[in-house]
Amino acid sequence: MKIAVIQFPGSNCDQDALWSLRNDLKVQAEYVWHGESNLAGFDGVFVPGGFTYGDYLRCGAIAAQSSVMAEVKRFAEEGRPVLGVCNGFQILCETGILPGALLPNINERFICDSIFLKAENKISPWTEKVDSPVAVPIAHGEGRFIASEDEIKSLENNNQVAFRYCSNNGEINGAANPNGSMNNIAGILNPGGNVLGMMPHPERITSKILGSDAGLLIVSGFQRVLATVYGFK
Amino acid sequence: MVTVRVNVNLKPSLLDSAGRTVTKSLVDLNFSEVSDARIGKTITLQLEKYDEARIKAMCDKLLANPVIEDYSIEVIS
Repeated sequence: MKIAVIQFPGSNCDQDALWSLRNDLKVQAEYVWHGESNLAGFDGVFVPGGFTYGDYLRCGAIAAQSSVMAEVKRFAEEGRPVLGVCNGFQILCETGILPGALLPNINERFICDSIFLKAENKISPWTEKVDSPVAVPIAHGEGRFIASEDEIKSLENNNQVAFRYCSNNGEINGAANPNGSMNNIAGILNPGGNVLGMMPHPERITSKILGSDAGLLIVSGFQRVLATVYGFK
Repeated sequence: MVTVRVNVNLKPSLLDSAGRTVTKSLVDLNFSEVSDARIGKTITLQLEKYDEARIKAMCDKLLANPVIEDYSIEVIS
C-alpha cells in the first residue's frame, strides 16, 4: 500500500503527514508535487494542511485547479481512500470532491487548540474506530463549515457527517463549537465513504511521544478503505 | 482593451465575520449610524475583448465559489 502526500506551494503539514504514515501507520508514503498529472502506483491520497498559495482568493481555491487534483478526483470516484486535513479539506471542497465550503472562524481569530470530536457516522472506514470523544488538535483561521440547507440535509440524511465538535463528555452544543460550523460539523465524507475531509489534525497525534496516538484511529482509515474496496490486508 | 470589474461578495444569508468586526469597530469610533458592513472582493480584469460568457466562466470556475458567494460583472471602459 502506498499513499501520496500532495505538496503544493504553501503546504506546511506535508512532513507531519508523511512521518505519520510512514513511522506510525507503517505504510509506504511519498511526496507528490502538485504539478504531477499521474498518480500511477499509489493507492490513496493525503491532502495535507497549510496555506497553499497564501490563501489567495479563497483558501484552497488555487490549489484546487492543480493538475494533480484531477487525479485525486479520479481516486475519489474509484473508491480509493482520500484524506484531506485542514487546508486539504478546504481544497477538497473547492474541487467539488466534497460539498460545502469553509469560512473564517466566527470569532475572527486563528485558533490553535485541542478540541473534542465525536464520530457521528459509526460505520465508515474512517470513523468506525472512534467510539468515544477523542481530543484532536485544530489550527485554522477558516474552519467554519457552511453548506446550503439542502446540502446539509443531504449530508445528515446520508450519514455523511463524519465528526462533530463536542464537549469532553460528548455533548454537542454551541460551547463546544470552536469556529461556528453548521451543526458542529468538523469533518464530512463523500457518499461512498472513501473520502474524508476534516479541519482537525489526526496526523499530529499518531504517536504516544506526541501526547496521544488517538489519531491512528482515524488515519488507519486508509487501510480500512483499501481493505473494503480492494481486499488489501 | 476592455477593463471589467468583477465584484465578489458573500451571499447575504451568510454571516460575514470580518464585516461584523468592522461594523463593531466603526460603532466604537462613534459612527453609530452603521448597522452593517460586508466585505467583498474586487477583481479588475484587463481583457482583449468583452465576452460575457467567458467572464462568467472565469467567475464560476475560479473567481467566485457558488456555495458561498455571489458575483456581479461591471464594464469599466
